[in-house]
Amino acid sequence: MKRFVIACALAFSIVPAAAQEGLPPPLANQQLADPAQEARALELMQRLRCIQCQGQSIHDSDAPIAAAMRHEVRERIKAGQSEAEIESWLIERYGDWISFAPPASGSGLILWLLPILVLGGALLVARGRFRKREA
Amino acid sequence: MKKNWLIWAPLALFAFLGGIFLYGLVEPKDEYVRSNLVGRPLPEFALPAATEGVQGLSNTDFADGKPRMLNIFASWCLPCKAEAPFLEQIKEAGVEIHAIAIRDKPEDVAAFLAEHGNPFVRIGADMDMLIQLKLGSSGVPETYLIDGKGRIIHQHIGDIRAEHVEPLIAKLKEAK
Repeated sequence: MKRFVIACALAFSIVPAAAQEGLPPPLANQQLADPAQEARALELMQRLRCIQCQGQSIHDSDAPIAAAMRHEVRERIKAGQSEAEIESWLIERYGDWISFAPPASGSGLILWLLPILVLGGALLVARGRFRKREA
Repeated sequence: MKKNWLIWAPLALFAFLGGIFLYGLVEPKDEYVRSNLVGRPLPEFALPAATEGVQGLSNTDFADGKPRMLNIFASWCLPCKAEAPFLEQIKEAGVEIHAIAIRDKPEDVAAFLAEHGNPFVRIGADMDMLIQLKLGSSGVPETYLIDGKGRIIHQHIGDIRAEHVEPLIAKLKEAK
């Protein structure tokens, strides 16, 4: 019984992130020397989704995997890759899910077209109503 | 009176949305982010040994004609402890298992292996999760099945439980 209690206590105890081993890779929390490159990296990091804490961008997240992703982004920007190249590298691994901007193709197209369709429909209905009043 | 059907449109829309909500309520959300690399070759990597007395791991340790398992674990991960006996079973069935330890200290890996057994042939250390990222893996534990040509044929997310042992071994045997 005592063992069980201890096991439960261990299982539900909260371990602070810092207690997990290892330092994050160097570029995770360090800005690039070139401000223009850093700005590009920052913009991209805000558009990429953290795999662990799924509602957050990797820019906002404290999760270790987000740190690894930030490092990867900065390193690649530093090496001269474009944002699109980096994004497609990540999509190659994790799918479209990794980006906060769904692609305008396949089922993602519905998301982009729906607002236009709804607006168009609403305008049609509204036009019909106004005409009736005039008549 | 020809446009009378339009009166039903709001109700239809409401029913449609209601249906979606009901579906979301009944069908639990799948929060796993799967690797897109299944069916593709293992990315290049070379990792140092995770602790004393074991060998490091690189992608070239796979493509030699023999299908293998790649287990991603960490000593600080509870479900990894839970799956240890099942990895042992898989090893006893004749499967070679390589592993990558995520964000781990050598002494912690050693303690983990001492307590839960070591079913692994090689254990590489991925200190900053950069290789995990390369593999399209999103957490620990995860297990990849790699065929003899070094291609990823399956990704198992989460701990391996009793009911997963046979299907995973079968999948790997098929890969030959």
